[in-house]
Amino acid sequence: MKQLMLGNEAVARGLYEAGCSFVSSYPGTPSTEITEAIAKYPEVYAEWAPNEKVALEAAFGASLAGRRAFCGMKHVGLNVAADPLFTISYTGVNAGLIIGVADDAGMHSSQNEQDSRHYARAAKIPMLEPADSAEAIAFAKLAYEISEKFDTPVLLKMCTRVSHSQSVVEPGARVEVLGEYKKDIAKYVMMPGNAKRRHPVVEARTRDLVAYAETAEINRIEDGEDKSIGIITSSTSYQYVKEVVGNRYPVMKLGMIWPMPEQKIKDFAASVEKLVVVEELDSFIECHCRDLQIPCVGKEWFSCIDELSQNKVAQQLAETPVSGVKLDAQIPPRPPVMCAGCPHRGLFYTLKKNKLTVLGDIGCYTLGAVAPLAAVDSVICMGASVSGIHGFSKSQNGAADGKTVAVIGDSTFMHSGITGLVNMAYNESNATVIIVDNSITGMTGHQQNPTTGVNLKGDPCTKIDLETLCRAVGIRRVRVVDPYNLAQCDEAIKEELAANEPSVIISRRPCALLKNVKHKAPLAVDADKCVGCKACMKIGCPAISIVDGKAKVDATQCVGCGVCEQLCKFGALKEV
Amino acid sequence: MMETKNIMIVGVGGQGSLLASKLLGRLLLTRGYDIKVSEVHGMSQRGGSVVTYVRFGDKVYSPVIDKGQADYIVSFELLEAARWTEYLKPGGKIIVNTQQINPMPVIIGAAEYPENLAEKMAAAGIDVDAFDALTLATQAGSAKAVNIVLMGHLSRNFDFTEEEWLQAIAESVPPKFLELNKTAFSLGRNA
Repeated sequence: MKQLMLGNEAVARGLYEAGCSFVSSYPGTPSTEITEAIAKYPEVYAEWAPNEKVALEAAFGASLAGRRAFCGMKHVGLNVAADPLFTISYTGVNAGLIIGVADDAGMHSSQNEQDSRHYARAAKIPMLEPADSAEAIAFAKLAYEISEKFDTPVLLKMCTRVSHSQSVVEPGARVEVLGEYKKDIAKYVMMPGNAKRRHPVVEARTRDLVAYAETAEINRIEDGEDKSIGIITSSTSYQYVKEVVGNRYPVMKLGMIWPMPEQKIKDFAASVEKLVVVEELDSFIECHCRDLQIPCVGKEWFSCIDELSQNKVAQQLAETPVSGVKLDAQIPPRPPVMCAGCPHRGLFYTLKKNKLTVLGDIGCYTLGAVAPLAAVDSVICMGASVSGIHGFSKSQNGAADGKTVAVIGDSTFMHSGITGLVNMAYNESNATVIIVDNSITGMTGHQQNPTTGVNLKGDPCTKIDLETLCRAVGIRRVRVVDPYNLAQCDEAIKEELAANEPSVIISRRPCALLKNVKHKAPLAVDADKCVGCKACMKIGCPAISIVDGKAKVDATQCVGCGVCEQLCKFGALKEV
Repeated sequence: MMETKNIMIVGVGGQGSLLASKLLGRLLLTRGYDIKVSEVHGMSQRGGSVVTYVRFGDKVYSPVIDKGQADYIVSFELLEAARWTEYLKPGGKIIVNTQQINPMPVIIGAAEYPENLAEKMAAAGIDVDAFDALTLATQAGSAKAVNIVLMGHLSRNFDFTEEEWLQAIAESVPPKFLELNKTAFSLGRNA
C-alpha cells in the first residue's frame, strides 16, 4: 500500500526488508531517524553506541559473524569512524555491511559543510546516493547485494533534503539472511603482510565496480529534446534539475556516486554539445569528468557553498520564477535559543558572571554562545572542549589557571570527552571540566546514551555513573551541582578553579522538555515591585520580556525554574 | 497534467508545524497525488524560525519550495509570515495567526518587532487572511491546537470535504485529543 515516508525511515525500511539484523549508530542530524525507525522492528537488534567509531566497529563485527549490518551517522561522524572505515575497505565483509552517512548542505544543524563523497573515493568504497524515499528503500536493499557480491562495505549517502523529506513509497516484505562466520586470517587480520596482499584486491574491486557502474540501472540516462546541453547530476540536485528542465535536456542521473562509470559518461558527453554537472557542495563529479578529459561546466555555475535549489538551477538553465513581494520592514532574525527552563541557562549565566574563558562543545549547550549569554569562546567538534582546555591551560604555564573551563554534555562526554579527560589527568593540567548532564542527548531530539540507564529500544540497562568514571580516570575532585541553584553553581566553580589540580563539576538537571520532568507553576511579575532594572533579562530566557518598562513572564512558556527569581533583587518574580 | 501545488507552513520551533504537515500529507495521499513534505529537524526546532514545505501534484520533483512558488503560506506567527513573503507566488495567499512571539534579538532589545505587519503585507498587495487562531485553539481546549485551527482555516481553500479532513485528523492525533482537535478544526474552518 502506498504511503508517505520520511527519507530516513525509508532507509530503515529498506534495511529491514533486506534482512538487516544488526544496527549500531550514534545520533546526529540529519541521520538520527534511520536508527530510531529501525529500532521499532523487533527482528532487528539496534543500539546507540557511544560514538561512530565504536558503532562502525560493532557493525563490522556483526558482518564478520555473518549478519547483515548497518551503521548510521552524520557527515562529521564519518570523520570519527574513518579509522575503521579505511581498513574495513581492505578486509571486505562477510555478510553485507552498509554505512549510512547524512550530509548537511546548508548547515541546518551542523558545524561544517563537508562533502562525505570524498570518503568514498579516499577509502575506495562504493557509495550509493538515493534522491527520494522510494530510492532510499531500493538503494538500501541494493547496497547489501553490492556489498556481498563485491565483498566491500557500501556507503549509503543521504543529505538533509532526502533524509528529512517525506515522499510516496510502497513497502515490501522482509527476507531473512543468515550467514556463518568463517575464520580467514589472511582476509581479516590486517597486519602489513596481509594488508599488502589485500590492497591489490581493493584496486581490482574498484575496477569491477566501475564495470558494474557502466550498466547499473541506478545510473540512468533520461533523454531530452535539446542536445545543446546534457546534465550529470545525483541526489536532491537531480530533483531540482528535473523540476526546472523537465524533458528539455538529457539528464544522466547517477545513483552510484562512487566509483563512477567512465565509458557511459564519455558517451553521454559525446552525445551533447555542452556537459553541465549539477551537484551540491564540492566538485566531485566534475573533477571526475575532468580526470576523464571531458570538458564540463560545474562550480562556475553552481556554488560549492550552501544547498542548491530549483531557483539556483533555473538561474543557469532556464528562467528564474518571479519572487514574491519583499516587505519594506526590518524583519529581525529568529535564531534558535535555549528553551525556557533549560538547565544549561543558569550554568552559563554563572560562567559569564565570573568572566571565564569557556571552551564549548557540540549539543544544545552550544547555544550558550548566543547573546545575551555569549559565554562560549570556541566550539569545534565532539570532545574538543576537554582536549582543548588541556592545551589552553598547559600552554599558558599557569597564567590561564582559574580563568578557563570546558563545558561538555553527558552524551558528548561519553562520545569523546573521556579520552581528553584521561589526558588531563595523565599530563596533569590544572583545568576544570563541567559536564552538563541533562540525562539525554538533547539537540538531536532526545536519544538515550550510556549515562541514562535506558537503551535505544526503551528498556532499562546499565547506567554509567559519571562521578565514578571521572574518578576512575584519575580526577580526584569531582562534584555535582544543580544548575537551577545559581549560588551553588557560583560557589562550586570558584572553589574548583581555585584548586591546584584538574577537576570535574557535573551540572545535573534533566532537559526541561523531557516528558517525565515535573515542572513548577509559572512565575509572574509583581508590577509594584518590578523597577524595570532588566536584571532578569541577562539570562536570555524566551519566556521573559519587558513590556511598558516592566518585566513580563509568558505563562505558556515558563516552567518555574526560578533562575530569574534569584536574579531579582526586588522580589518581583514570584510563584503565582 | 496538474501543476504542482505548494503550501509552506512556517512558524517558531516547537509550535507544532510537523503535525500540520503530517495531516496534509495523509489527506493528499487519499487522492493519489504525488507528494513531498520537507521538514526541519535539529537545532532550529529550539525556538528558531522553522519552515515545512508541502508539495503535491501529478509528479513532484524538488522537496522544497523556492521564492515565488508558494500557493499558500500558512503561518503560526505574524513575524514569520512577514519573513517568507518573497516565497509567495503572484496570486498566492498568506493565512496567518496574529499571535506575536518575540525573537531573542527583540527580547534583549537589539531589534524591534515591526508594527502592523498584517496591514503592511496587505498594503504591499499580498492577499493576507489574518485571524486569531490562538484564541480559537484555547477555546477548543488547548493553545497547542493552533496547528489544527490553521488547517481548518486553510481547508476552506480546497475542495476536500469536511469528512475527509476529519478522517485525516483522526489518523494523525492521539484518540484522547481527537474531540478537541475536531472542535479546533471546525472553529478554524468557520473563522
